[in-house]
Order: sequence, then C-alpha cells, then structure tokens
Amino acid sequence: MGIVELSGAEILMRCLKEEGVEYIFGYPGGAVLHIYDALFQQDDVKHILVRHEQGATHAADGYARATGKPGVVLVTSGPGATNAVTGIATAYLDSIPLIVISGQVPSPVIGSDAFQEVDMVGITRPCVKHNFLVKDVSEIAETMKKAFMVATTGRPGPVVVDIPKDTTDPSIKVPFKYPKQISMRSYNPVVKGHKGQIKKAVDVILEAERPMIYSGGGVVLGNAAKELTEFTKHLGYPITNTLMGLGAYPATDSQFVGMLGMHGTYEANMAMHECDVLIAIGARFDDRVTGKLSEFCPNCKIIHIDVDPSSISKTVRVDVPIVGEVKPVLAEMIELLKGSKKKAPAKAIKEWWKQIDEWRRMDCLHYDRGSELIKPQFVIETLYEVTGGDAYVTSDVGQHQMWAAQYYPFDKPRRWINSGGLGTMGFGLPAAIGVKLGYPDSDVVCVTGEASIQMCLQELSTALQYNTGIKIVNLNNRFMGMVRQWQEFSYESRYSHSYLDTIPDFVKLAESYGHVGILVEKPGDVKDALKEALKLKDRTVFLDIITDPTENVYPMIEAGKAHNEMRLAPGSIGSRELA
Amino acid sequence: MRHIISILMENESGALSRVSGLFSARGYNIESLTVAPTEDPTLSRMTVVTRGSDRIIEQITKQLNKLVDVVKLIDLSESEHIERELMMIKVRAEGDARSEAKRLCEIFRGNIVDVTASSYIIEVTGAASKLDALIAALDENSIIEVVRSGTTGIPRGLTGLHV
Ligand SMILES: Cc1cc2nc3c(=O)[nH]c(=O)nc-3n(C[C@H](O)[C@H](O)[C@H](O)COP(=O)(O)OP(=O)(O)OC[C@H]3O[C@@H](n4cnc5c(N)ncnc54)[C@H](O)[C@@H]3O)c2cc1C
Ligand SMILES: Cc1ncc(C[n+]2csc(CCOP(=O)(O)OP(=O)(O)O)c2C)c(N)n1
Repeated sequence: MGIVELSGAEILMRCLKEEGVEYIFGYPGGAVLHIYDALFQQDDVKHILVRHEQGATHAADGYARATGKPGVVLVTSGPGATNAVTGIATAYLDSIPLIVISGQVPSPVIGSDAFQEVDMVGITRPCVKHNFLVKDVSEIAETMKKAFMVATTGRPGPVVVDIPKDTTDPSIKVPFKYPKQISMRSYNPVVKGHKGQIKKAVDVILEAERPMIYSGGGVVLGNAAKELTEFTKHLGYPITNTLMGLGAYPATDSQFVGMLGMHGTYEANMAMHECDVLIAIGARFDDRVTGKLSEFCPNCKIIHIDVDPSSISKTVRVDVPIVGEVKPVLAEMIELLKGSKKKAPAKAIKEWWKQIDEWRRMDCLHYDRGSELIKPQFVIETLYEVTGGDAYVTSDVGQHQMWAAQYYPFDKPRRWINSGGLGTMGFGLPAAIGVKLGYPDSDVVCVTGEASIQMCLQELSTALQYNTGIKIVNLNNRFMGMVRQWQEFSYESRYSHSYLDTIPDFVKLAESYGHVGILVEKPGDVKDALKEALKLKDRTVFLDIITDPTENVYPMIEAGKAHNEMRLAPGSIGSRELA
Repeated sequence: MRHIISILMENESGALSRVSGLFSARGYNIESLTVAPTEDPTLSRMTVVTRGSDRIIEQITKQLNKLVDVVKLIDLSESEHIERELMMIKVRAEGDARSEAKRLCEIFRGNIVDVTASSYIIEVTGAASKLDALIAALDENSIIEVVRSGTTGIPRGLTGLHV
C-alpha cells in the first residue's frame, strides 16, 4: 500500500478514525472551516453540533467520564476557543482525558491581532495537561498521536491542539502515515509501584487496629474498582469514597461508610479522625476533604497510592508513598496480603467496627420524611428506587449535587458524573448528552438546580437534534441553595443575591425546545412523575420539582473546622445526643 | 533555604513560559532564571534559583517534572556543585574613585572590559554571593549600572544532567 497524500484537514479526520473516535463535539467558525469540510466528506467520526462551545467541552467530558475513552472537541479560534476554556479547566481539575482541537488564525498572521485571534496556547497553559501549536501540516499526525497519548496515560487530563488555518488548507497535501506508537523522551509516567514500598505498606496495613480506606477518583480513572473491592473485602476494613470516587466501591455494601469531607457522613469523618492507619488510594487530599489541615487524621500513619508524585505529600505528609497506577499496585498488594502469614489484629478490628456502628447510629442523613413540602433528599431516594440504582447520574453544582451524592448509592464506577474540582455550574446538562451518546440504552438523569440549569440551557436544543432522551430532575428551590446555605450559617441569613425571583416556566421552556415538561409540586406525585419520565425512553423530559426552599445539606464541616466538628441535621439522633 | 534547580527541557517555543507560568501560578518564588540551548540543539538547559521550605521545594521539583516538556532535572543544592553568575557593572571612575574601582576589581578577580575617561565596566564571575559582596564594597554613588546573568550551575564530578 502506497503512502497517501492528504490535506491537513483530511489528516486530522484520519487521525481521529485511527484513534477510534466515535464522536466529536464542536461548533464551526472561520478558522476551522477546512476541517469542517473534511468532516463533511467522511462518515467515520460523527459530529455533535452543540449550541455553545462550553457545552461541547462538557459533553465530551461527560462522554469520557462515562465510557473511559477520551472526549474530543472541535472549536474555532478566538471566541470559540475562549468559550471552551471553562470546560477545559473543569476537565483538568478532575483529571479527565480530553482532546480539544482549536482553530487558529493562519500562521503568517499569528501575533498581529488578526481577526478572531487569541493566544489559545497561552490562555490554556495553566489548565491543560499539555498543549501544542501545530506549525506545519507535516506535524499534524504526530502531534495528534502525542495528544492522545498524553491525555490518556499517567494522570489523565485535557490536551489542546491549536491548529492554524493554513495547515489545514485543502490544496496543500502531504504524505500521511499515522504512527502506531510514539514515545516522548520527556514523558514517561510511572505505571508499577515500587516493590519495597508496596511491601512496607502491606506491613503497616496488617498492623492497623483502627484502619480506614480512603479512595478517590483515581480508582475510577484507573479502572480499578474490581481491585479496590477485592482489596477491601479481603481486609474487612471500613472504606470511604471522595465525591469523585463514588461508585468505585459498592455503596450498598456494609463496609462502605459513605462519602467523607465537608458533606460526608458522620461515621466517615469520625473514622477519619480516629483511625490509626489511613490507606489513601487515588485521592488527592483536597481541602473539601481534609478540613482543617492541622487536625487532619491526627494520630495516624498514612499510605498513599497515586500515579502523580505531585499529589503525594502536597498538603498532608505521607508516611508510605507509592507512586504508580492503582490497578497494578492494588493487584500486587492483594497478592502479598493473600500470601501473608501475618493477619490483621481481629479483636481490635472488631472493636473498631463497634465504634463505627455507634457513629452510624447517629443517623446523620436524617431528614423530615413527613414534610408537606417536597424534600430534595426524598426526590433522590425515589429516583434511586425507580431507576433500580442503575442510572447514569450527572449533576450540576450546589446542594442538589451533594444530595445526589449522599442519597443515590452508586454501586458501579463511572455512573456518577459531576464537576468536583472546579465545581462548574452548567456541567450537568451537556455532560448528560455526552453520557447518553456513549450509552444510548441506559437511563441518564441530570440532577440540577434552577440556577445551574440556566448556565448551559441552550444545550436542550442539542438534546433534541440528536434525540438523546435524558431526564432532567430540576430540584427547584428558587434559591442558589448552596450559596443561601452558607449565607444562613455564616452571614446571619443575609441572603445577598442568592434568590432567583424571575425563574422561567420550565415546563413551557422544555416544550418550546420540543421536549416534555412535567411540573411536580407534591411529595405524593414525585414517584409517578419520575416513572412516567423514565417510560418516555426516547424523549428528553424536564421534571421541574418544586422543593422545600429552606432545606440544607447535612452533615456539614464548615470551612476551617476539623472532621470531628460537624454540624448535623436538626432532628437527627446525632444532633440531640451530641448537643 | 535557597535552591538551584537545573532543568533539561525540550527546546520548544513556549517551554520557558511553561516554567515561569508554573512559578507564578503556584506562588513559588523565583530569584533568578537563566536559559540557553545545550550542545544538543533540541534541548535547553534552564537554571532556576528559588527559595522555600523543604516541602515547597519538593512540590516545585515535582510540579516541574510533571511539565511534559521537562526531560530531567536536578536540585544542585543537594550535592557538591559549582555555581557561577556573570555580572557586568559600570562604575564612575574619576579621581580617587578610579584607582579604588580598579583595586576592588583586582580583589574580586574581575576584568575591566571597557574604559572611558570617566567610567569602567567591570566583568566578574562567581557565586551570586561574591557578586553581592562586590556591589556592597563599591560606593553606592559610584555605580551607574548593573547587569547580572542569573545563576547557572553544574554538579561536580562525573555525575551530570543529560538524556
Ligand atoms: C459544592 C461542592 C462540595 C464538595 N464537597 C465535597 C465533599 O464533601 N467531599 C468530597 O470528597 N469532595 C467534595 N467536593 C469535591 C472536591 O472539591 C474534590 O473534587 C474531590 O474531593 C477530589 O476527589 P479526589 O481526592 O478523589 O481526587 P480526584 O480529583 O478525582 O483526583 C484523582 C487523584 O488520583 C490520581 N490518579 C488518577 N489516575 C490514577 C491512577 N490510574 N492510579 C493512581 N492514581 C491516579 C490523580 O493523580 C489524583 O491525585 C465538593 C465539590 C463541590 C463542587
Ligand atoms: C459557574 C459558577 N458560578 C458560580 C458558582 C458558585 N455557586 C456554587 S453553588 C451555587 C448555587 C447553585 O444553585 P442551584 O443550581 O439552584 O443549586 P442548589 O444549590 O439550589 O441545589 C453557586 C452560585 C459556581 N459553582 N459555578
């Protein structure tokens, strides 16, 4: 087979095909018109036309989180590129593999303030894993190969490839050959952990009397849920997950003590505070998790497995660091544990569980089940029930996000799709579209709030065009609830600009976009409405659920407080006994 | 503590801004930064002088290593090394000051590389502290202009930073 000559735009399409890309999320404009023309003339890669470039990045991101494959985005130069930045930063903070192809003005005019020119490489430098500016058409194939490799290996992340218009010119053709393999002398992520460190960790693990497993998004990203489950089951130790790690260990299992951190369960946070050995697995000791650093896990030895050395000992000193991917490291640990003569001190562990059960009795996820107003927690519990716990749930940012995390126990990884690190309102709807494209036969639900949903609302139009039958559960409390909650607790209820008094009629709005809208105002109607929405398989349904505007997220560790200083829900056993 | 971090990186446009951007974005301090190509034109060698606690220096080296363009780096301060900086200093050289400037130049083993009726340019190399000492020894009013290259360094012995 001879070597074919192709234009830069055609080469780009071939690269995507070679990488097995199913979907590219994008929006056209001058600098990418050659690329769009090449896109038009092939049918290997399907293009999803969004309504705003932020939507493209979130949709690609949702697709990536759910499927484990990299998400691919195509935007034009200037405003197209800057609109994508929020989505790129969102993916960066949560370590999501994205390839963002941005058009750039032609090479000869770069730097001249040309029409729709921005320094995309400069703007995105602090929020990408890496970025490239293509300088010549002959570089495109190799650059794309590098982009995919960098985005998907080691600690994943977004990669921007900025492509000046002249390099995709249809009249300039060069030989095309896609490299099968590529190596970069400056990029060699660690895979396997250090044997000695792993052995040392296993020794520490087996000496623990009050052990705690704290696992995070790295287990999801590293496809190691099976290993984590086996490891945890073998040891019989309690486990907590971060917001990003939910689903990596089955939440309905008895060893799971719930999420930890600012809105974590009482038992998870107390166990963190009192443990003597902490096994951190693919988690990055985020400030929402640690609370007051000087009082974080005060008397414990910490083992930390992470593929990124810079995550280790960044905020909290670690005693046994293991740099490597969770999957092979856990597999090695399991093997050592199985072959070990040493056993964990059974009596102490039993005592520890007794203590944990005592904390569990505080009923920290209590809420008023007899309320005449719809309680948001009740909506999530009902959603869990009617979806059999098997839906893909995306969320926006705010109280509703925390309730979804707390009241929908995820048993499988990649089911819970949310923006944790950047906390980007507007993420939920486009992400749900991306997830649904990845899993057209599954239930995909976007849990949102009336403020967040309005940040990428335009994507309702995309949902119609591609017939992605997603269900939007809008917990409508007429407030930026999370902001209101902080104002109630920390600013003597001065609700400064957190009230939304001109909320659209979401039912009509959904209908005007060609979808189904359902208004739900009574607790008794919640279940039927959710069931009805799920029955309409191929339709996007917008459930506008009017909830109790005064409800707060509990437990809560306020900023600067330690794990044992939680605010518990009024009415819970804990709030009475610990008062 | 002061650390001299020596970095070997791909000689790509933008590589320098990745490093300087990292320092400013993460609030690390940069005392000096020098960069030039090596004997291999595809590689640049950069030397950054920074200050911080052990924990901060650990993060700095980890974050630098994480940059995709960085091939390798070492913290020179961790072992025996030679440190050099070049300074050119223009001083007034009239009357008594003329002989004083010349005397100091000799003490600091500098060279006078430009002479006019009323000025000298003194060139000196050495560790940054030696250059600081020369500046301190000169009469403040006699200094017209100071340019310094920033520190570079190299480990002693056979060990080195190469691909
Ligand atoms: C309103 C709001 C409230 C929040 N409240 C909470 C809260 O109460 N509790 C909570 O936990 N979070 C909360 N968060 C989320 C929080 O901000 C962080 O995003 C989250 O805690 C980080 O999760 P993580 O530690 O699992 O790290 P991630 O961001 O998921 O990072 C993954 C880590 O694993 C590593 N890694 C990646 N791949 C691998 C691999 N293959 N092998 C090994 N390591 C790997 C990475 O290097 C990284 O260190 C909240 C966010 C919002 C917006
Ligand atoms: C783009 C963006 N702007 C502002 C914020 C700050 N913020 C966090 S939660 C929140 C309120 C969200 O309100 P809503 O979507 O109605 O959800 P609720 O908290 O009421 O469930 C705001 C404004 C943010 N996270 N993202």
